[in-house]
Amino acid sequence: MNFDKELNVSSMSCPLPIIKTKKVLSGMESNQVLKVVATDAGAVKDMQAFADQTGNTLLASTEDHGAYIFYMKKK
Amino acid sequence: MSKKMAIIASKGTLDMAYPPFILASTAAALGYEVQVFFTFYGLQLLRKDLSDVKISPLANPAMPMPIPMPVMVQMLPGMETMATMIMKDKIKKKGVASLEELRDLCLEAEVKFIACQMTVDLFDFTKDDFIDGIEYGGAATFMGFAGETDVCLFI
Repeated sequence: MNFDKELNVSSMSCPLPIIKTKKVLSGMESNQVLKVVATDAGAVKDMQAFADQTGNTLLASTEDHGAYIFYMKKK
Repeated sequence: MSKKMAIIASKGTLDMAYPPFILASTAAALGYEVQVFFTFYGLQLLRKDLSDVKISPLANPAMPMPIPMPVMVQMLPGMETMATMIMKDKIKKKGVASLEELRDLCLEAEVKFIACQMTVDLFDFTKDDFIDGIEYGGAATFMGFAGETDVCLFI
């Protein structure tokens, strides 16, 4: 999937993946896509919850060898 | 209009310091307007120096310890410092943010911190003890905001 920016929050625990995601998204343009790589299993539900509550769109959420990869499209 | 959350932070131990900062920083990231009212021992969390924020194994049977430890041992001098060191080490290894980091993230996200003036006076704290950028107020100040919130927690 195409993306405009990438954020690596590997080895960070709650709530850092969400807060860092929000910070990076704030500096992006509407409809741009942010790729986030995390290792915190809790981020799977939290990223969806973040998208639901902020109006950003979680385009994809996948797992690859213990890494969780998210594509978040900015509102 | 954005949602609002108010928290009363009344505890000053390392374990109980986390929930207010985690929830406040996360809520701010979700677009909430957040205020945290620090009262009694919670005031410790506003001090410039957070090294007095510790965890005690004493009377804390739910705290996982590396080895089983009888209460008679937990009460020995230095045990609190040791437990705090072990906990901080664990926090770092597991990628959990430090209290200082979470507090900074809150301030950066414009979470409003209010120190309870009555307990500041009660414990003889001065404004010099606390970080900059906080406000001072009483119960009525808290209620003014709390009455309009979507989430309101006492921690």
